Amino acid sequence: MDVNQYLNLFIDESREYLQKLNSNLLYLENHPQDMETINEIFRVAHTLKGMSSTMGFTNIANLTHEMENLLSEVRNGNIELNEEMVNVLFKCLDVLERYVNNIEEMGIEGDIKVSGLIDEIRGLLNLSTTEKETEDKTISVNEFKDYELNVIKDALVKGFKPLKIQIYLKEDCLLKAARAFMVFKALEKEGEVFKTVPSIEDIEDEKFKDNFTIFILTKRETGYLQQLLLGISEVIKVIVEEVHLNEGVSNIDVSIDVKTEKIVQDEDEINQNKKEIEKNKTSKTVRVDIERLDKLMNLVSELIIIKTRLEGLDTKANQDMVMAIEYLERITTNLHDAVMKVRMVPIERVYNRFPRMVRDLSKELGKEINLYMSGEETEVDRTVIDEIGDPLVHLIRNAIDHGIETPEERQKMGKPSKGKIYLRAYHDGNNVVIEVEDDGKGIDKEKVKQKALEKKLLTKEEILIKSDKEIIDLLFTPGFSTADKVTDISGRGVGLDVVKKKIENLGGMVEVKTQLGKGTKFIIRLPLTLAIIQALLIKVGQEKYAIPLSSIKEIMKIRVENIKKVKGREMVLYRGNILPIIRLNRILDLDDEISNSSRDLTVVIVKKGDFLAGLTVDSLIGQQEIVIKSLGKYLSNNRIIAGATILGDGNVALILDPNILLSEGEMNYESVHSV
Amino acid sequence: MNQYIVFKIGHDEYGVDISYIRIIERLMNITRVPKTPDYVKGVINLRGEVVPVISFRKLFGYNEIEYDDETRIIVLNFDDITAGIIVDSIDEVVSIDDGNIEGVGDIFGKYNKEYIFGIGKIEERLLILLDVKKILLNEQE
Repeated sequence: MDVNQYLNLFIDESREYLQKLNSNLLYLENHPQDMETINEIFRVAHTLKGMSSTMGFTNIANLTHEMENLLSEVRNGNIELNEEMVNVLFKCLDVLERYVNNIEEMGIEGDIKVSGLIDEIRGLLNLSTTEKETEDKTISVNEFKDYELNVIKDALVKGFKPLKIQIYLKEDCLLKAARAFMVFKALEKEGEVFKTVPSIEDIEDEKFKDNFTIFILTKRETGYLQQLLLGISEVIKVIVEEVHLNEGVSNIDVSIDVKTEKIVQDEDEINQNKKEIEKNKTSKTVRVDIERLDKLMNLVSELIIIKTRLEGLDTKANQDMVMAIEYLERITTNLHDAVMKVRMVPIERVYNRFPRMVRDLSKELGKEINLYMSGEETEVDRTVIDEIGDPLVHLIRNAIDHGIETPEERQKMGKPSKGKIYLRAYHDGNNVVIEVEDDGKGIDKEKVKQKALEKKLLTKEEILIKSDKEIIDLLFTPGFSTADKVTDISGRGVGLDVVKKKIENLGGMVEVKTQLGKGTKFIIRLPLTLAIIQALLIKVGQEKYAIPLSSIKEIMKIRVENIKKVKGREMVLYRGNILPIIRLNRILDLDDEISNSSRDLTVVIVKKGDFLAGLTVDSLIGQQEIVIKSLGKYLSNNRIIAGATILGDGNVALILDPNILLSEGEMNYESVHSV
Repeated sequence: MNQYIVFKIGHDEYGVDISYIRIIERLMNITRVPKTPDYVKGVINLRGEVVPVISFRKLFGYNEIEYDDETRIIVLNFDDITAGIIVDSIDEVVSIDDGNIEGVGDIFGKYNKEYIFGIGKIEERLLILLDVKKILLNEQE
């Protein structure tokens, strides 16, 4: 079988499963007794094993097999889960991730030394199995082990029936394991299989003759299950019986359990429901190429444009027409919203990696940290998701390394020894806000000032007049770090300026709030989508241009006589600073304008970082939401034009890129300065 | 045997391989794009997509003339590059056997030779065949 065509699918799915494994392991670490989670991990490992061996990735299959062995012992109650095991499982996860990465990059899983890891797993198994082995044998006399009895009791309370199903396959059946797999697959949907004879592993390895027995908890009727299983080819006989717990003693047990465990169970049930909902969520999605979505988006914007044109037609005479157009408008608006939504992805995707990161880092640094995340369901444009990960990693690393103190320090300061990091996401108007907050030591303004002096970023006089906020904002200057020592994690001074740049590239902004001794909060604001921005439409000559609102500081009128020429460059005084004037008409290769004769110039002041410049325009049209479109590959080397948009009348307006305009202005400005 | 769309520039007849043509449009509003070569007339809104348009006359060294009712934009597509060329008028679709296509020597001026890949013969007519790839890749570098 040629499996290459399934490779991408395999990679995607494996990543999904590894993610699941990750979150379940994290959960397990804090709730080591949670059987459902152990089961889930087992299932994931099992699925991965199946997938990888189908694809011929034997290394993954081997490792997951070992994981399965360990987990099944835990599941059977033979060994107890401890921290060491969770750590080993985490290590396995890391190796699996590396395998998958290799597969993605090179198409082969590559050789990663895992013998040590496998020995570790086996070590765990041997050590603990020997302790229990003797006990095991006595228990196996009974039909059910203790934990299985518990499971049954639980299920009875919830209204599930335990059923014993004996399945007979055709004697000359060739792929017995495959048939058994189909049986399991069919039963999976109907209830929970909690025991098999022989064990699942043996069934998979075809270590049975022509029949095997499954114990399942289900609400289904026996007859239904029988028919269902008989529908699988080469299954020739199915016997379904209800399992009765024989002794009355256990019945009493049940009733007692009901009382004591009711509350716990409710909670469990809620959790289970949650999990079920999540499962449904993932299974009902379709993967769509982003290009197709863009195409759809294009069609919708075109529909909107044609609708605007219809509205402009003289339709007063025809009442029906007016109503029809109104209706069309409602539909197009809804359609537009719907398509935009399709591009949105819950931020959960980015969040996923953080619990693990916080866990690892805090262990490494000897800090105790709880990560609280909220707003995982907040949706952002797909493009934002891809870009926001790194900045967030940076901020969280910073919080762990510089923010949160060691437990001893915290106790001295009268804080709980466990530090807290909050990661929040929420919608705020047309923005998505992401906050990273820690309750650590905060940023020391004095230290920042000192550093600024050392690095000669500011003079003593300048520092005196700067506000607190301006001082804190120095942290975003390239090469700035207040950390006393450089660690592996952060403090190399390449952090915050990169964060800021990335976020600004996304059209967003970042701000810091900090209180010494109490903690620091980074607030990131991002536009909901990158495809649509707020822009100011202006006119230069007869042409319309759009300037992104995010880079506009203000708009003002200046008198022509206030413009001074310095070495051929035009400047005006603006709030005590020199503001270079960029004549848009000249930059845009237009003839010198009519406005030259008028005494007032309309100037749009745009910013790039701290640098400002004024763009002269002929008139302002207004603020408008615009859909950004690319100029296409043919004109891809055009620098001052960031893209284009289609206006209501169907014409194209170009979007100016103030960053480029300014960097050209900046060069000139500096040359002026040096004189 | 390939099919070609025949368009006219003055009295000259040009042919362009139909497989590169996405659509033929009437003239519409063109938005000028600053800082582009003079043969790039600007961009148009092609069903919600922004597409650059080139003056064929300018690119091939003809004098520019006023647009009229016959003026058309042929939207060409190669790989993921799209651009339109403005031509005087569209004539017809013809089929030319590969055997009836001859390479070009130095008969055309040096600056437009590279946009032409051959001369197609249909009975007594001669069609100048465009090299669409070259035209579209031109602005790339």
